[in-house]
Amino acid sequence: MKKMSKLVSLALCGCMVLGLFAGCDSDKVTINVCNWGEYMSTSGAGDIDVIQKFEEKYPNIKVNYTTIPSNEELYAKIKSGGAAYDVAIPSDYMIGRLIDEGMLEKLDFANIPNFANVMDDFKGDKVEFDPTNEYSVPYAWGTVGIIYNSKMVDDPVDSWDILWNEKYKDQILMFNNSRDAFGIAEKKLGYSQNTTSEEELRACMEELKKQKPVVQSYVMDEIFNKMEGGSAALAPYYAGDAITMAENNPDLKFAIPKEGTNRFIDSMVVFKGTKHKKEAELFINFMCETEIGLANSEVTGYSTPLKNVYDALDDDVKNNKIAYPDQSVLEKCESFKNLPTETNKLMDELWMEIITDNN
Amino acid sequence: MKKKIASAPYILWMALFTVIPLVLVIVFAFTNENKEFTVEAFTKMGQFIPSLIKSLKLALISTVICFVLAYPFSYIMSRSAEHVQRRMMMLIMLPMWMSFLLRTYSWMTLLEKNGLINRFFGLFGLGPFQMINTEGAVVVGMVYNFLPFMILPLYTVMLKIDKSVIEAAQDLGSNSFNVIRKVILPLSLPGIISGITMVFVPSVGTFMISRMLGGNENMLIGDLIEKQFFGNMYNPYLGSAVSLLLMVIILITMGIINLFDDEEMEGMMI
Repeated sequence: MKKMSKLVSLALCGCMVLGLFAGCDSDKVTINVCNWGEYMSTSGAGDIDVIQKFEEKYPNIKVNYTTIPSNEELYAKIKSGGAAYDVAIPSDYMIGRLIDEGMLEKLDFANIPNFANVMDDFKGDKVEFDPTNEYSVPYAWGTVGIIYNSKMVDDPVDSWDILWNEKYKDQILMFNNSRDAFGIAEKKLGYSQNTTSEEELRACMEELKKQKPVVQSYVMDEIFNKMEGGSAALAPYYAGDAITMAENNPDLKFAIPKEGTNRFIDSMVVFKGTKHKKEAELFINFMCETEIGLANSEVTGYSTPLKNVYDALDDDVKNNKIAYPDQSVLEKCESFKNLPTETNKLMDELWMEIITDNN
Repeated sequence: MKKKIASAPYILWMALFTVIPLVLVIVFAFTNENKEFTVEAFTKMGQFIPSLIKSLKLALISTVICFVLAYPFSYIMSRSAEHVQRRMMMLIMLPMWMSFLLRTYSWMTLLEKNGLINRFFGLFGLGPFQMINTEGAVVVGMVYNFLPFMILPLYTVMLKIDKSVIEAAQDLGSNSFNVIRKVILPLSLPGIISGITMVFVPSVGTFMISRMLGGNENMLIGDLIEKQFFGNMYNPYLGSAVSLLLMVIILITMGIINLFDDEEMEGMMI
């Protein structure tokens, strides 16, 4: 989800700037698409370039593709007026916030007939952040679980408690963003991941402070390097990335704790004020085509919310319990909702207290 | 008049990219979400103080190390034959062709518990040593990244020191120590000041280095400021307030350095 390949995004920023000077065809419409790094099949040996395919199908539309490391950065950019995107793929809670603040455009589903392919689990009130399905079309989903190195961990990994275990002092990595980190503490203590209770959040802070002495480092995408290289034994992260890491280091395994976890959905949205709404919707529709969705799902390792794409997957992917866990596991999952401003503020203040705590 | 026209583009540049952003930082620091004037952000800064002190401490250590490494090197370089100088310059500049981020990433790979250095020591049955996630690792990252910014101004200044001045001092009976203390040091002072400024200032505000090499105990002030802008809560008000505090502290520090140097200059002259 927030695979923050900063290097890739920096390189792409460079390309984008060059692109500004290069492509100025008059009758061509340009849509600006913003996505996470390594979150779409755009290049690489053997993979199809979905952007190129789109431009071949719609020769009058040019796609200006950029990447960004996190939801928060996307929000900061849009909010400060620093960037104009037509299409982006934020995560659930951020879409909720963007809807609440009136920053998204209602979609015209006549241009997105492929929405019919979306599985029931990702429609209607299953999608808490957009229960009326007016603003978003799901792109990918996954769960947060514990990635662990089976050579370094000899206890069963089935509970969040193991991330607090003294035995693995300095071998545990932890999320470097407040929402995900609190999400874990909340599940460990049996609270809702969308709690707004100050008392519960403070309890979570105490829990995370207790954890700090055993944590090696708070990371986001540095996790790839550290887990694949065996520098750390345990880390909570996103399922799709776990699959990617396990390909590079077969000792890495993934477990979803019994207390339940977060199920996230990243959905495609169109920003308010776009001049090319129809073209943006055509792009969204195109991403739901079987061939395209299949390529994206294979490259990113993330699970697809589309029935047509799921049916076309190889059997070993379909049966991969990391990507497509059993219904019984999913029932214990929760999705992030947009929290009230007060709660967000409190959570961030508490998070600051945790990371500046030196005891 | 001509001078004014010639300087116009620079003034415009400075206004657009230095003055206006600075004003924005000040405005944000003293307002809140509802665009009201408030000093609320400054009252919340208590928890940032330990990180601030740590940032200043690590930046100071890095600056001292950079200076100790760069000063003799710059002198030797400035006294070498011209083709040797060119090659040395090339070697200093070469790493800077690569992204700063990429270079810090490679330090991560080197210092990791299973990293290249520990694996090398492992061949002799030593280690593994804890190198990453320490203050030392952050200092190494800073010194590595900012060393060229100390060498370049020192080298440029030393290049201009006339050989005959040094020879004159020697003719008049100065020993090597006195030549350095009474001739080279005062003449290279402008280079020392700009070198220190160019290393100390970016070191205090750095955040990627400490994030990648510092582990959970070495959050620097730069990390905390970054979190205000790109964290869960978009809070440019608090972020700007902390930035402002940092700027003031850097300004004071630079002022002290300049003052100290002025006094030393006068002392030298007498």
